Amino acid sequence: MATEPLPLQKTADVAPADAAPGAAPAVAPETGHPLVRFDDVVKRYGDHVVLDGLNFSVRRGEHITLIGPSGSGKTTILRLLMTLEKVSDGVIWVDGSPLSHVRTPAGVLKPAPEKHLREARKKIGMVFQQFNLFPNMKVLQNITEAPVNVLGKDREEAEARARELLDLVGLSAKIDAHPSQLSGGQQQRVAIARALAMEPEILLLDEVTSALDPELVAGVLELLGDIARNTDITMLCVTHEMNFARDVSETVLMFDSGQVIESGPPEKIFTDPEHERTREFLDAVL
Amino acid sequence: MNGFDWNAAGDALPLLLEGFRVTLLATVLGTLVAAVLGLAVAVAGRAPSRFVTVPVRAVTEFVRSTPLLVQLVGAAALFTSVEPLTIGIVVLGIHYAAYTSEVYRAGIDSVPKGQWEACRALSLGPRRTWQAVILPQAVRNVLPALGNYAISMFKETPFLAVITVQEMVFEARKYGADHFAYTEAFTLAGLVFLVASYPTSLLMRKLEKRLGH
Amino acid sequence: MSDFFSAFFDELPQVRSGLWVTLEATVLGALAALLLSFVLGLMSISRLLVLRGTSRVVVEFFRGTSLYIQLFWLYYAMPTLTGYQLDPLLCGVVAFGLNYGAYGAEVVRGAIGSVPRGQYEAAVALNMSPLHRMRKVVLPQAWVQMIPSFTNLLIQLLKCTPLLWLISAADLMTVVQQLRDRTGETLTAYLTLLAVYFVLAYALTLLMNLLERGAKRRLGLPTGAGSLLRSRSATEAVASVPGGAR
Repeated sequence: MATEPLPLQKTADVAPADAAPGAAPAVAPETGHPLVRFDDVVKRYGDHVVLDGLNFSVRRGEHITLIGPSGSGKTTILRLLMTLEKVSDGVIWVDGSPLSHVRTPAGVLKPAPEKHLREARKKIGMVFQQFNLFPNMKVLQNITEAPVNVLGKDREEAEARARELLDLVGLSAKIDAHPSQLSGGQQQRVAIARALAMEPEILLLDEVTSALDPELVAGVLELLGDIARNTDITMLCVTHEMNFARDVSETVLMFDSGQVIESGPPEKIFTDPEHERTREFLDAVL
Repeated sequence: MNGFDWNAAGDALPLLLEGFRVTLLATVLGTLVAAVLGLAVAVAGRAPSRFVTVPVRAVTEFVRSTPLLVQLVGAAALFTSVEPLTIGIVVLGIHYAAYTSEVYRAGIDSVPKGQWEACRALSLGPRRTWQAVILPQAVRNVLPALGNYAISMFKETPFLAVITVQEMVFEARKYGADHFAYTEAFTLAGLVFLVASYPTSLLMRKLEKRLGH
Repeated sequence: MSDFFSAFFDELPQVRSGLWVTLEATVLGALAALLLSFVLGLMSISRLLVLRGTSRVVVEFFRGTSLYIQLFWLYYAMPTLTGYQLDPLLCGVVAFGLNYGAYGAEVVRGAIGSVPRGQYEAAVALNMSPLHRMRKVVLPQAWVQMIPSFTNLLIQLLKCTPLLWLISAADLMTVVQQLRDRTGETLTAYLTLLAVYFVLAYALTLLMNLLERGAKRRLGLPTGAGSLLRSRSATEAVASVPGGAR
């Protein structure tokens, strides 16, 4: 699938297409700050604390996998970044600006209105566990709806791009299908194409293979690997697929009880974890 | 053009409340008829013979798809010797039985098949099966829906005024015509309906939640 | 042929005009109700308390006070209060619209609530505006859910049109009663009237089922063989109790 140059490449700072898995990412030299930074982020649901003063950052172009037991708050991180949830405390920074806050004239950060959020979301795309394709739109329109009506792209241009992306995900033949006529794996690949059509700088992948039949997982993972290798899109991925974590990401973050308890390159985390909880978790899943 | 006359409203209220007693009576008795007849229709709809089920279904469907007002007026015109209130209660009961039978049917359908099979395994007769096993389970599930139909029947009792039953709206019309005070009479009547039906609906919603619907 | 039927066919133009009034009240009332359903239904899910509260009050008010009283209020009370007399047919359309609009608002609210949350989230992730999300993602999916309940409300509305007779609109009921008075054939007259209503109810159900089939097909959902002729099902009958608490 990756033999042809992918129609994904951006002009700026592309990671070398032949980069070995796990190689150092191409960091844009002009950006001194990380692309994403969580600053003492707290997320509570009532009395239940999901994220407890979380700090971590993501460099531009980095591919990060978040692992950890279920309920440890991994998905919440992605949902906060996508502004599907509001932080209870702390600030998330994206490209040097607060994601869901605005600065008052007095210099204080306060929760941002929808208008600011829509600006902030421009950089971020997300693929969901349950695909969430729009059943009232055929495959093509699922992909072109937002580029045309949100980004204001020309329809023909958006459709041409959608065709390229469908080609990339191997579903050109399904362009006129209803989502309900596709298998789970096909739906997820369309969902990936749909997210890519918005040209996000950051792609959030929330357990994208968990709802798939086992035989369909490989195709989706392979596709994501191609995207990781051939684009400069920063990826944050919550998954139980340790192979994916090993092959695609440069950094693995181990989560437990609302905190990052360990981080490092996959070869280190998987072979020689420092933390006892990490070892237990890996023993359980591997 | 004149505004709202509070004196007229004060005059009308006792008359309306007098009529309201008839309204309540019709609702309660009508609901009773609908509850019993609806159950009978639902059980008949389960009869083994098509000669029973098909006509039962057809009549139910017909009653349900045609206007209550026409049924009322027609019945009153045909049975001139019967008291209007009796006609009203029976027709309300029959009309709503067409709905409640569907509710019972859904309730009966919701009883697991295993329950029927268990009855057969214990060689219970059809009477025992229905009485002791099926209906107690089915009826519990349908109580909130029956309550909701009672409320909607309550709001349709003004139709009885058309066949000269002296319920609340009949009194309101009479007072309105006699004193040219339609505004006061109908506004009050509407408010009485609201005051009576809103808390009842809230109660039904609570009951529905309690029973896990 | 009985006297009633010869009178019926002799006066066919009158019968037709009565039928026309009944249909007009049904269709216009339903359209008014549909519009109000969406306005009140969308208000009820607004983030603004004022809109939510207003919607709640209006819905409970028009559901809680009987349709019969609303109609009479519009016809008898409003003129004395405002000095403005509405045409009987218009009275009917407004009353039906308000009453069934209040019930329809609950249908709209429920259907919007039944659209999976993931759909909303996917639309946010694609950076759609709130209006865009509602228009292109939520409502098209909710619409399919609304149709069966709307069908029930439409039939309920049709069944209330004989009320027009009471406010002297020359509807079908009025015309048939005149024929009955002339011929004295009570049973035939009312059975005929019921039969006409039965046919109308079935025709409307059929139309609505066609609409539902089209809407389902657009979502790529199975439409089910023979579903066009099925009557309103038991569960649907339960789901939209005519004046109930839902």
